[in-house]
Amino acid sequence: MTIPNKKLFALCLVVLALLFMAQFVLSNYLVLALTRILILAIFAMGYNMLMGYTGLLSLGHAMFFAAGLYAAGLANYYGGVSLPIAFVIGILGGGVLAFVIGLLALRTQTVSFMIVTLMFAQVAYLLTLYFSNVTGGDQGLTLPTASRSFSLFGLAVDLTSPMVRFNIALTLFAVVLIGLFAVTQGPLGRLFVAVRENINRTEMLGFDTYRIRLLAFTISGAISGLAGALYGLMFGFIGSSFAEFRSSIEVLLFTLVGGPGTLLGPLVGTGVMTMLIDRLSGMTSAYLIVVGVLLIVINLWFPKGILGTIRDRWVPWLK
Amino acid sequence: MDIAPYLLLATLEGLVQASVLMLTALGLSLVFGVMRVVNVAHGEFYMLGAVGAWLCATLIPGHPAISFAVALIVAPLIVGLLAALADRAILQRINYNPEATIVSTIGISYIIQQLTLMTFGPDARAVDPPFYYNIRFPWFGYSSYKFFIIGVAVALVATLWLLMKHSKMGLLMRATQYDRETALNFGIPVGRVYSAVFAFGAMMAAVAGVLVVPNSQAHYLMGHDPLLMSFIVVIVGGLGSIPGTIAAAVLIGLSDGLLSVFFSPTLAKIASTLLVALVLVFKPQGLFGKAGRI
Repeated sequence: MTIPNKKLFALCLVVLALLFMAQFVLSNYLVLALTRILILAIFAMGYNMLMGYTGLLSLGHAMFFAAGLYAAGLANYYGGVSLPIAFVIGILGGGVLAFVIGLLALRTQTVSFMIVTLMFAQVAYLLTLYFSNVTGGDQGLTLPTASRSFSLFGLAVDLTSPMVRFNIALTLFAVVLIGLFAVTQGPLGRLFVAVRENINRTEMLGFDTYRIRLLAFTISGAISGLAGALYGLMFGFIGSSFAEFRSSIEVLLFTLVGGPGTLLGPLVGTGVMTMLIDRLSGMTSAYLIVVGVLLIVINLWFPKGILGTIRDRWVPWLK
Repeated sequence: MDIAPYLLLATLEGLVQASVLMLTALGLSLVFGVMRVVNVAHGEFYMLGAVGAWLCATLIPGHPAISFAVALIVAPLIVGLLAALADRAILQRINYNPEATIVSTIGISYIIQQLTLMTFGPDARAVDPPFYYNIRFPWFGYSSYKFFIIGVAVALVATLWLLMKHSKMGLLMRATQYDRETALNFGIPVGRVYSAVFAFGAMMAAVAGVLVVPNSQAHYLMGHDPLLMSFIVVIVGGLGSIPGTIAAAVLIGLSDGLLSVFFSPTLAKIASTLLVALVLVFKPQGLFGKAGRI
């Protein structure tokens, strides 16, 4: 098997190696921050595959993140399912919900699509509040102490250790990154880009664009669900704040900042933005104002984001 | 237990809600109809109207009716000016690209919201109604101010209707809505019409905010619900269609009032939001009429 775009593949490996090394250099606090960044970057990569590569701008991806979070968390909390299985249930939860919502929402396009996804996500958020006797609503649920560790293939894993958490997050990040490399740089990725660039022409060439878009939507939802399940199980907490409209906007912002349609853009965007938001929220309760200003500034002057701008200026293979 | 008083109360509450909703949604619908963009910051303009009313009430001494009358004129004017500025500074530069406009107006909405949080603070604040007078029904007393809201809303909507149909400004707006390029060829200053429409839409939301504040309270996050409800109304009514929007506002305001009295308000919201998503998917031209689709 030949690897397409070898330079980008090498860059991915370098980035992964640097991330692995980081745990020996950084302080415990920064390792924890990096763990969060990696999980949110998985979410952003899932979003980017839909928004950046396929050109479908969804305003409701928080619902898929929350679907993974709740499917995994509730299965563990009420069903007593072991963590690895709960994790798989979470991925399925995100993927299945995305498939069903995609069947309906993909009948619409552009602005309609944005509003339909927003509306469905709002329904999902309200449902988590309405069934608060099950979900814990705003207060959320804390997973039992027994779920803070598990054994996989005879290997005992303790989720209270920051190093263990970091390496699990990094492993899954690497799996998703390499998986998305295979998808986006291969023939399927070219189809996604074809839909983004000219949907009518793609249709004319004999491709069923509805199915292509549904596939992209489902993969994107499953990855978002994976990130949600990972977040909930690793930190032992599930709550409806993850389903809020704000989460959908944040993932959009991460992708826009890093560069939509670039493989490593979501990691860059998530890193920059979470560090920035963490700093700011220490200073003022009105930190969202920065989110607002950035949304406008990026839209006006840097619609391609950090890596997108670098790609257009200097490094054409960075996609 | 007799159900009639509950039904009457729910209907009255529903009508009050419907009239506020009608104003807010018409603003959104007007902007969409003429400019073909969705303004996500619409709820913040409503909130600014309410905060403006509170500001007038604190700054202007004397009878609450005086400050209320001032607020009803000044707050929408300031909000309109702000909206026109936002249109010039941001929307015009991204050329009203539909997707970029949504992202930008989300940004505008965060900025307005957080600036209000920083200055006005996180507390909800009440404003005295301009007059107290309770209308006695056999079962309960009902504030006459709420009837005043309905009256003002109906009068304003009638004015808007007349302006759109019979004034020069309305003609320019309708021409721009009908065919932007041809309007430009005939020398209509489309750029200025856009700014005016955007400002006008924001002003309608601000008026609704001023009207609602003596009845509820001013709070920096209060724009969220009216925005979603206006989306719902505008989509169900058919985007850009004024009669459709009015009909949908009454329908949804009333049914929301009824559902909230008899069931949980969250359930009412879930039902109407789901309805909208499905309307957009299966009948994008709206339940009434055949206005343009997004």
